[in-house]
Amino acid sequence: MTLYFKYLLILFKSQMQYRTSFWLLSFGQFFIPFSVFAGLYFMFERFGDLQGWTFYEVALCYGIVHMAFAISECFIRGFDAFSSLVVNGEFDRLLVRPRSTIVQVLGSKFEFTRVGRMLQGAVVLGWALIYLPVDWNIAKAVTLMLMIAGGVIVFSGIYMLGATLCFWTVQGLEVINVFTDGGREMAQYPLNIYAKWVTRFFTFIIPFGFVSYLPLMFILDRTDGPAWLYMLMPLSSFLFLLLCMGVWSIGVRHYRSTGS
Amino acid sequence: MIQLEGISKSFKVAERSAGLKQAAKALFVRKHRTVEALSEISFHIPEGEIVGYIGPNGAGKSTTIKVMSGVLVPDKGSCSIMGYTPWKDRAAYVRNIGVVFGQRSQLWWDVPVIDSYELLRDIYKIPQAEYKASLDMLVETLDLHTIIQMPVRQLSLGQRMRCEIAASLLHSPKVLFLDEPTIGLDAVSKIAVRDFIKEINKEKGVTVILTTHDMNDIEALASRILMIGKGTLLYDGSLQELRGRFGTQRTITVDFEPQQHEIFIPGTELLSWTSERAVYSFDHEQLSVAAVIAGISEQVKLLDVAIDTKPIDEIIVQLYKEHQI
Amino acid sequence: MSAYLSVCKLRFINGLQYRTAAFAGLTTQLFFGLIFIMVYVAFYNGSTKALPMELNEVVTYVWLQQIFLGLIMLWLRDNEIFGLITNGNIAYELCRPVEMYGFWYSKLLAQRVANTVLRCLPIAFIVLLLPQPYRLSLPHSWSSFTLFLIALLLGLLVTVSISMLIYISVFWTMSPVGSIMMIAVASELLAGMILPIPLMPIWMQNITYFLPFRWTVDFPFRVYSGHIPYMEAIWGIAIQLIWLILLIAVGTWCLRKALRRVVLQGG
Repeated sequence: MTLYFKYLLILFKSQMQYRTSFWLLSFGQFFIPFSVFAGLYFMFERFGDLQGWTFYEVALCYGIVHMAFAISECFIRGFDAFSSLVVNGEFDRLLVRPRSTIVQVLGSKFEFTRVGRMLQGAVVLGWALIYLPVDWNIAKAVTLMLMIAGGVIVFSGIYMLGATLCFWTVQGLEVINVFTDGGREMAQYPLNIYAKWVTRFFTFIIPFGFVSYLPLMFILDRTDGPAWLYMLMPLSSFLFLLLCMGVWSIGVRHYRSTGS
Repeated sequence: MIQLEGISKSFKVAERSAGLKQAAKALFVRKHRTVEALSEISFHIPEGEIVGYIGPNGAGKSTTIKVMSGVLVPDKGSCSIMGYTPWKDRAAYVRNIGVVFGQRSQLWWDVPVIDSYELLRDIYKIPQAEYKASLDMLVETLDLHTIIQMPVRQLSLGQRMRCEIAASLLHSPKVLFLDEPTIGLDAVSKIAVRDFIKEINKEKGVTVILTTHDMNDIEALASRILMIGKGTLLYDGSLQELRGRFGTQRTITVDFEPQQHEIFIPGTELLSWTSERAVYSFDHEQLSVAAVIAGISEQVKLLDVAIDTKPIDEIIVQLYKEHQI
Repeated sequence: MSAYLSVCKLRFINGLQYRTAAFAGLTTQLFFGLIFIMVYVAFYNGSTKALPMELNEVVTYVWLQQIFLGLIMLWLRDNEIFGLITNGNIAYELCRPVEMYGFWYSKLLAQRVANTVLRCLPIAFIVLLLPQPYRLSLPHSWSSFTLFLIALLLGLLVTVSISMLIYISVFWTMSPVGSIMMIAVASELLAGMILPIPLMPIWMQNITYFLPFRWTVDFPFRVYSGHIPYMEAIWGIAIQLIWLILLIAVGTWCLRKALRRVVLQGG
């Protein structure tokens, strides 16, 4: 794992050479989701509430999912941008090194400008936390952390699946956006506002439900199960990740038998 | 050391045609054809040899390199390098090889070269003492003292290539694959790179496989040539033999006092003529160099003479022609 | 003229080559449309208030956005042009016997049209057949539809002239990223890409009236659904024309100035 941090440092050093570009992009990365959030705010002004959820409750959900997304966009960028590694043949270079492909791909790219989006998520989260009438305790705080961590893992898994697609084709990869950006757009609202089949898909197939919705209910005191159950739910995202890693190795095997 | 037996590999390639109508048709039906990139490639390379691997573009050179470096799994055939099957024992195997791709850099672009080296040290898990020894040796022999602290993007191509080669040798590999290492380099850098390769081959017994289009590299380094064309191995032998087969041609360039008309020497071909210089080509096994010079000086007053062997490029072209590639 | 047509044709063929990409893009757009609509449906179903737009009008709006996305979004990048400006190769472009503003304009226009044509009909076909409330409604009337087409066309021309200004600004900022960022981020909200303008609070709506953005997205789509009645639509089209003339005038003037600078400074 220390190798991952060494990659991070070297790429950070690299990107810092381009300071103006960094600040400009981070700036934009703050304002784009900000305008989406403004839209959300306007909708609540108009409608009052969303199927029983108040603005601050939805804002909490929004903040958590956005934080998870921003963190994964920043640190798991290697898989998101994997298509360029395949197209320019750099992946061959990774195969000639005595380390796991996953670690190397992770270390191939970081998107530090996403710190803008992270900041935006943090602002929304902070705002929601201040105004939400919730009794906070250690259990809930831990759940919150795990929700964000679980979210990062789910997004990472999706990125990995998208990257695996590159082994078969580098065209049409935008479909993955349906699950990353689309997944984020959906999960930023409490999942029960959607039709049943949607909720089920995003709970069992891509486990956003276990990571954002169910623990959220726990935090807002809308559930009556045991606390530890909800706290540990986000960890189920690990199972999803393991699956994705398995698919990745299938992809690598395919690449090595068909060439580029 | 390196043993390939019957390696074959084919690819499916999609066909694309030009024009608006074809493009619209392609929306619905995609045609494929099978390309046989490698067909029954077999050769044996003992430890410590420098081999030149040549062939026209698209012949299968990079495919072979990919198979030998463990990146690609062949359809059939066997390959054993240092006792490993490259694509089977990938992680263990690649520890012992170094690869340099001429056009692609493995160094991180915006940071000093030494930072990249340190990261490679971590990737290859080289013990610090060994790393230091390797690094010192490489810096010394490739003269990297001044450039090692500079970011790669500020280096000239020659400097960058020296750093690339050093990078590929930090972990003291026993086999080195060089893919077009001197492409785009100026004369001085080319010589430096060639000398370095000769030296590590001599000192450390590193086996070198060199893919290149620059025949001067081959001449300077390779004792043995493997030539591949359209997926099959067409020639496996030494450079001497190759010269022997095609290299008996000589060209002689003579400068003389101004002449009015062309001068012909029997047994030679007049390649070019001006009033002060003529170039002849002849087979030195048929007609000795001395005889040609004598023949010319009988007719004109010679001012200067230069004799060239058939350029190796031409020898290669002839070899290609012989095999119809 | 034929120079412009060949540019169009080239872009077209380019676009057609990538059928997987087209299919994927189609699927992506369908999904995103559905996602946005599901959120709207959730909002509308939980509310009993009187609202400035009906759900089916909002659904129509969202689908029209997806169908014509290539025409209206401002994030399109032509890296060729950016490259030319930042590395000074613009000098070669100046040697060509074609008027530069017009040439680039048609290039950008062709790009957008080619990108859209492949996707809009299949998407339109599918979304017309979806179950309620997810379906795209038919236009309010024939006159609405005709006015919509005119408004859309003018909206497209306005969009391209705005994006021309972004490209021209790079002559001064030398940073494509910066230039796009400043305008595109704001335009998303102000054009009605995030939310239809009638659903915004009044103070926000007033801001959008001073800017050309709303005339590219919000206006044409609401003409289609009849939300903007006949007379108002005609007035709107007139305003579009005024903005178009204004933006092109400013664009050509700025470009001329920029090019003169390049020529004087030797690139």
